[in-house]
Amino acid sequence: MATEASGAGPADAGGQSTLASLRRRFEGPNTVGNSRGFWIGFLVAVVALAAYPLVVGSYQASRFSLFLVYAFLGLSLSVVWGYAGVLSFGQVVFFGVAGYTFGVVSVNFATPAGITGAFLVGVVGGAVMAFVLGYFMFYGGVRDVYVTIITLVSTLVLHTFMAQTAGDEWTIGEAALGGFNGMPTIPNLAFGVGGASITFSSTTFYYLVLGLLVATYLGLRALVNSDYGRVMVAVREDEDRTRMFGYDVERVKLAVFTLGGALAGLSGVLYAAWGNYMSPGVFELTFASLPVIWVSVGGRKTLLGAVTATVGIEFLRNSLGGELAFVIVGALLLVFILGLPGGIVPWVHETYVEMRGDGTQPEPPEATTEVSD
Amino acid sequence: MVNGLNLLFQFLDSFAFIVLAAAGLAIIFGIMGVINLAHGEFIMVGAYATTLANIRGGLPLPVAMLVGVAVTAVFGLVVERVVISGTVPNALSQRFLGRKVIEPLYDRLADSMVATWGLSLIMVQGVRIVLGNSLDQIGTPLGNIAYSGFSYSTYRVLLSVVALGVLALTYYVFTRTEYGMRARATIQDEDTARALGVDTERTYMTTFAIGSGLAGLTGALYAPTITMVPGLGSSFLVEAFVAVVVGGPSVVLGTTLAGGLLGAINAAVTNLFGTFFGRIALLVTAIVMIRFLPDGITGFVETVRERRQEGA
Repeated sequence: MATEASGAGPADAGGQSTLASLRRRFEGPNTVGNSRGFWIGFLVAVVALAAYPLVVGSYQASRFSLFLVYAFLGLSLSVVWGYAGVLSFGQVVFFGVAGYTFGVVSVNFATPAGITGAFLVGVVGGAVMAFVLGYFMFYGGVRDVYVTIITLVSTLVLHTFMAQTAGDEWTIGEAALGGFNGMPTIPNLAFGVGGASITFSSTTFYYLVLGLLVATYLGLRALVNSDYGRVMVAVREDEDRTRMFGYDVERVKLAVFTLGGALAGLSGVLYAAWGNYMSPGVFELTFASLPVIWVSVGGRKTLLGAVTATVGIEFLRNSLGGELAFVIVGALLLVFILGLPGGIVPWVHETYVEMRGDGTQPEPPEATTEVSD
Repeated sequence: MVNGLNLLFQFLDSFAFIVLAAAGLAIIFGIMGVINLAHGEFIMVGAYATTLANIRGGLPLPVAMLVGVAVTAVFGLVVERVVISGTVPNALSQRFLGRKVIEPLYDRLADSMVATWGLSLIMVQGVRIVLGNSLDQIGTPLGNIAYSGFSYSTYRVLLSVVALGVLALTYYVFTRTEYGMRARATIQDEDTARALGVDTERTYMTTFAIGSGLAGLTGALYAPTITMVPGLGSSFLVEAFVAVVVGGPSVVLGTTLAGGLLGAINAAVTNLFGTFFGRIALLVTAIVMIRFLPDGITGFVETVRERRQEGA
């Protein structure tokens, strides 16, 4: 699916050159959608999403904003797993830690300034948690599937831990962690100081999340298509070879993992503010597996796949409701991992490129099979 | 109060639980390189089959348990053919589309995790839809052992004997039988084994069925002691994973040592600080073990042995 990065720059001359050079930052072999058609479609999609609350009303918009909130969680796993090759079942750890941190701080300082601070502390909390866990793992020589198992076990530790915080001794300031019942009465998200502040609820919250999501998506596109992104992909493809070229593989993995923690944390903070609620349910295995499902179905090596599959699957799951939802989600997962290990978006992209068949993108030569030592 | 006998029974109980929970998972992981996240659900199948055979079918408990094992083994065989090796869907697609659609999941750790996770979602929810949120439970047989003001379930003590039996049997099967030899040859070098005439495909199939049968046995044995809910498998999954990780590559020795170590830690901490901290201690042990002995106890033993040999 790779298009050659250097040659793919648009050939527009003259007045469009600034736009073209801007576009080039977001394009490269590590993302799908490097054509003008894609960007037009992208704009249309963003405009449609922006118009969505006007069409369906604030209740539906508020419901839909949850799916957009989850998209950050999907993106975090896509970056960590799809681009750096670290399969983590623990993105919900950072999600949950950030959500709880936001809850505790914002309940104690329930002013706009306090909530702004809580937002930042929550996101940083997710990142710090990821940094600590990542440092322990990557510099401790934990490899491949054992990383996955450690992150899975961390999720379980936190679930067991948070579920028993019902007693009075688990009250931080005015915020009771509440054990299985969770933390209710977390305030809405607000930015600003004193009088000059905005509080986000239903429709405004929707626009905030949408704006953040578009910015994050574009930012990550720029990242994975930068030189650093190429190093990330190199680590995914072959750690030993990357190390031989002189890159610090552990540091790259740790940095990407921390970034993933921050993204998951952002998702967790928004989630806590969305429902005004946080509970140990977010550390449950069922929830922990959702990001893996989203990203596998969408295509883990594409950011676009992570976002669309997250929103799509959650929308489907929510609309289906009832007993069959998990059966259908499980079946989807099985079918896609077996039939299309690469995911939907890369498959659609390949089919589209093939159908267009204009020969502008010669098939990249098959990578030579690896010579084992 | 810490009481010696209490501690001993607690240890035997934890040991049996960990060994039985892990055995099937360890075999499938060690030989096929497949991480079966639906392992807990295989245990659930065994427990449900036993309970249904006993309560609704009216079979005596030991027979019902055998039914549980058999049902799970057959179920495992079907899963292996349809999902893990993809033979059945591939045969169908070969006929209708003229090409294969599925790559086998052997040694694709991440993909096998995701696929079996999907399977486990379907199984839990499917059982909930078909059989409801809970089943009647079989009463725990055999009564209690009473001593100086305490009592302990005889059945749970018996389980530790069964756990040792399972380990011995697994050891026998993998070291003394022809199947065991083929299986070990397949782990060491699949291509060479195939060149020498080992039907590796069939070895994988048998291995998965044996692993599933063991999971079914665990479910059958614990059926009288746990609440019959569709999600019961998840309570086994954690201990199973922790034991496999701590044990390392050698299936029998690793599971035994891991069961002993983790059982001791769990029993001691539970006795001193309560069940919650017992569980936390298990999980923390797992994390610390992976950090310092990434290949588990047996991996460490192996390294030490190699170093000795080099020194000599």
